Amino acid sequence: MKEFKYVITDEVGIHARPAGLLVKEAKALASKITMEANGKSADITKLMAVMQLGVKKGTEVVIKAEGDDEDSAIAKIEEFMKANL
Amino acid sequence: MEQYNGKSIFKGTAIGRILFYSKGQQQVKREKIEDAEAEIKRYEEAKSKAIEQLGALYDKALSEVGEANAAIFEVHQMMLEDDDYNDSIFNIIRNDGVNAEFAVATTGDNFARMFADMDDEYFKARSADVKDISERVIGVLSGRNMDGDLGDEPVIIVAEDLAPSETVQMDKTKLLAFVTRLGSSNSHTAILARTMNIPALIGVDIKEEWDGKMAIVDGKQGVFFVDPDADTLESYFAKRKEEEEARELLLQLKGQPDETKDGKHIHLYANIGSVADVANVLANDAAGIGLFRSEFLYLEKDDYPTEEEQFQVYKTVAQNMAGRKVVIRTLDIGADKQVDYFNMEHEDNPAMGYRAIRICLDRVEIFKTQLRALYRASAFGVISIMFPMIISVKEVQDIKQICAEVRKELDDNGVAYGEVELGIMIETPAAVMISDVLAKEVDFFSIGTNDLTQYTLAIDRQNPKLDNIYDSHHPAVLRMIQMVIENGHAGGCWVGICGELGADTTLTQEFIRMGIDELSVSPTFVLPVRKAIRESSSN
Repeated sequence: MKEFKYVITDEVGIHARPAGLLVKEAKALASKITMEANGKSADITKLMAVMQLGVKKGTEVVIKAEGDDEDSAIAKIEEFMKANL
Repeated sequence: MEQYNGKSIFKGTAIGRILFYSKGQQQVKREKIEDAEAEIKRYEEAKSKAIEQLGALYDKALSEVGEANAAIFEVHQMMLEDDDYNDSIFNIIRNDGVNAEFAVATTGDNFARMFADMDDEYFKARSADVKDISERVIGVLSGRNMDGDLGDEPVIIVAEDLAPSETVQMDKTKLLAFVTRLGSSNSHTAILARTMNIPALIGVDIKEEWDGKMAIVDGKQGVFFVDPDADTLESYFAKRKEEEEARELLLQLKGQPDETKDGKHIHLYANIGSVADVANVLANDAAGIGLFRSEFLYLEKDDYPTEEEQFQVYKTVAQNMAGRKVVIRTLDIGADKQVDYFNMEHEDNPAMGYRAIRICLDRVEIFKTQLRALYRASAFGVISIMFPMIISVKEVQDIKQICAEVRKELDDNGVAYGEVELGIMIETPAAVMISDVLAKEVDFFSIGTNDLTQYTLAIDRQNPKLDNIYDSHHPAVLRMIQMVIENGHAGGCWVGICGELGADTTLTQEFIRMGIDELSVSPTFVLPVRKAIRESSSN
């Protein structure tokens, strides 16, 4: 299992649009990827669940990937988060 | 005549008949079904149709309101594909043996409630999106269409609430304004109304019996008149005419270069006081921001704004202006613009008191915090920094020293920043008289004509008894402007005007003849001044 931590810098937090794009990214990957924030956890292929984490600016999230492509998966998600959130 | 107050989303006047818009409340009946798998198939087909409709709406929104605002429909498509949402619908159909409409309605309500219960305004507002997609699928299932037909005459839409898809679907040539009871200024519908320039009020206590009545939406004051009397109607017809003329001007002048008849280019920028004004700057087609008053950051708070808070604001403005120049003026407060936490003493003559750069050079840490935020933000766009209330060369040298220290700290910490021009406001007669020397110290001058006039004529602008002798065209002021332009150019500076006089179109020709390089005016004056520039010549 691989993981990384990231603090959200986007003004509105993980809002609808980037959450949707994040889900798209994650669906293309084989690993099971989760996001933990505010004491809750969500499968990041699930848009509504990700939005319901209610991640705001300044919140630290932990992303965990488990599966055959976990190394490249975690790198891709990290890159996406840095660029969009 | 009845009069109601609401929160204005877009400033504008609309006059017309009310169309009370009800969603035809999709009454969903719970029905037992025999074949769950067939019902699921029926749902899947309706969902595909809904996703297709959303794709068409995305294209319509893309051409009407641009990519950023159209994106919501892409998100709606993704929401409809959400596993949890779909699983819930499948489960209800299978376990309860009920029709797809009922399963979608129940699931939609549950998910909408989950969002409504969240404590953040943004996420709360997403509950409307969930309702919207669910209504759409139910509409397809039950053969009802959401086609947004408004009839033949343009109308003011009065509704409980409007979903973004409803707003976009409506024929804009038939739509005068929106008035709703619910909704937030953060909702996508509100954002769309602003982007499409549709006057809109929210939070109005609406009544169904208004359907068909005459009404006026005053988006400036946030007032809604039902059955207005003749006098009110007449005065609003006049207001609307003014707005229409302004819009005409806008259409003709948008995208036209700020050039005189003989081809001299003038930098026509806008003055702003908060991030929200940026939309207005872009809507009015200004080439940049010539004065961003940073005071609001301090006035709105109960304590000193942090570097990070300031950085985010400056960065947002720089990014939104996408490579166009943004001139940000450092803190300009004094005893007349009181901020409690600065603990400033009462002064008898605040205009000449402890204010602006005088505070910054005295309380250097406050100044440095702002400068660090400004330099950091300069990595995200084109930022220039401007210092107010300068009277001496020493002040400018001290400022430059502090700026150099800030840059060194950033370098030491490996923090990126861009090329930043440093300039000063010329708003004291002292600065005018030594402008030849000041020009060698800085990159630009911006003339603050309001204070310059007050200090030059020794007339307190707050005193109404002096209005009759307050002459903003006084030759003393105009000669000073001429002198500043000449001295600025000789010392390699560009010279602009950011005071009210810059928007005085009776002087535009005169300023251009004097050699002015830049005019910065309130967003609403940009196009009238562009017109004046295009009718002027440089000699």
